[in-house]
Order: sequence, then C-alpha cells, then structure tokens
Amino acid sequence: MSSGQTVLVVALLLAAAFGIYRGFVDGRFGGTHRVRGVTSDQPEPGYDARIPVLADTEHAEDIGSFATLLQFSSTFCAPCRVARRVLAEVAASTPGVVHLEIDAEHHLELVRRLGVQRTPTTLVLDAEGHEVTRAAGAPTAVQVRAALAMLD
Amino acid sequence: MNQIDPRGPKFTAAVTTVVLATVLFLAPSAYAVGLLALQTLLFAWGALRGVQHTPLAWVFRTVVRPRLAPPADWEDAAPPRFAQGVGFAFGAAALVAFVAGVPLLGSVLVGFALAAAVLNAVFGFCLGCEVYLLIRRFTKPADAAQVHAPTS
Repeated sequence: MSSGQTVLVVALLLAAAFGIYRGFVDGRFGGTHRVRGVTSDQPEPGYDARIPVLADTEHAEDIGSFATLLQFSSTFCAPCRVARRVLAEVAASTPGVVHLEIDAEHHLELVRRLGVQRTPTTLVLDAEGHEVTRAAGAPTAVQVRAALAMLD
Repeated sequence: MNQIDPRGPKFTAAVTTVVLATVLFLAPSAYAVGLLALQTLLFAWGALRGVQHTPLAWVFRTVVRPRLAPPADWEDAAPPRFAQGVGFAFGAAALVAFVAGVPLLGSVLVGFALAAAVLNAVFGFCLGCEVYLLIRRFTKPADAAQVHAPTS
C-alpha cells in the first residue's frame, strides 16, 4: 500500500468511529460542568457552583419560574437551528419553562467559565438559575422533557 | 439570510468524498496532485461565491433535486460556506506539501479534509462549523484571571 492509501484507510476508519460516537452522545443530557469538566479537580477561574449561571449577565432576570433551557449557539451551526426549534417547542408547551438562546461567540467569558465546548450546548437551569444538567448536540423533545423531569 | 436545501451541501460532500478518496488512492503521483488542485479550486469557489453557486450545486439543482421530495427543513447557507473555506485551507496546504516534496504531509492534510467530508456526507455533521467556536475560545485574549495566573 502506498502512503496515500494508508492515510485513506485511516481517515475513513477515524471518520466512521467519530461519527458513530457523536451519533451516540448527541443530545444526551448528563453531568454538569463540575461533574465532567476536563479539569474537574481544579474548577476554572471564576467558576463557582453556588452562583447562578447567569448571575452577572444581562439575562439574569430572564430565567423561568420552574426551569430555563439555556442554549448556546453560534452563527456557523446548523444543528443549533434544530435545537432552537425543539427547545422553543418544549418551553412553549411547559408552564414556567423559558428558552434562552445565547450567541456563544459574543459571550466567550461565559462560555469559558461554563466550559461549553461546542454548539449547540443546552444547559437546564433550575428555578434559582443553577445548572442541573447539560447536553451537547441537538436534543430531541423527549430528551429535553426527561431532563426537565429531573427537577420534579 | 440565504436559505438552502440541506441536501445540497450533503451532495457536494459526497462528491468531495469520492474525489479526495481518489486523490489519496493515487497519491503520491501527478494525477493525485492534479485532482487535488481541481478539488481545491472547487473549495475556493464554494467559499468565495457561496455553496449554492458552485458547479456541483448546479448539478444538484438540475439533476438530483427534481427527483427528491421537498426538503423537511431549510438550512442557512453560511455554515457550509464557512466549511468550504476550511476545506480550501487544507487543500491548499496539501498542494503546497505535495509540490514541496513532502507527500506524506500532503496525504495527511487531504486525510483530514476527507474525514470532514465523510462526516458531512454520511452523518450530516459539519466539523469545520464546530471547530469554529473552539478556535474563537482560544484565540480571543484571555481574561485577567488567566493573565495573572502563577507561572510555577
């Protein structure tokens, strides 16, 4: 096999493995930044779980009376549109639940503090604005409702 | 905002997959470099003129799309266009590597572009779009807490 053919095989295998892995984890709610952050032993500077997620932002007063679906999006993100539709639909049909969408690119401080790695990432916040769980990738309505059920 | 049929970029990605796989199959050779130059030109076209104005988009509109049902959802044209720009960067760098006599590096760079095209064509996943936020996270100046972090 030539070097090019070797690279061809490796690239196809890696792409397939990554694609299957992503299909499996996309939209699954679980953990929070503290639970599964890369540097879980040393929280990132400025991160304090006792302070509501949106405490010092312009959205501090916008959270829902029961829960908030906080979605991080970016311009170059097609799945964000899918997530927006699903989350808006769940918020509209569930009393006390608010859907908030934040442009990750314009809130990089918040993105770093919360350890958001990709868009869309959806955080479920409780009535006080603390993170309960999160999912990367567009979730389905069933997954979102199951995550909200954790609050009951 | 330009709205496009999301199956257009998928079709383009499928053709790109075949072209780049052929490049790697033939690499290192003059045919591989010629074919890669052609693909890099297509990447540049998509990035500069928009994904809906490329030769492959024209083929999709006139030959493929009339045979398909109407799309369930429309997609913004900006994300795939950005991804074409990322593809161009890899294609151009690979061309330089092949011409400079480093075929293994050229093949690996093509391998990255191929993996991205496979993920897009098979899984509908846009790698270039997701990398964008990570790049922004690390290139924007760090906040004060990180600047004054102890060095030892």
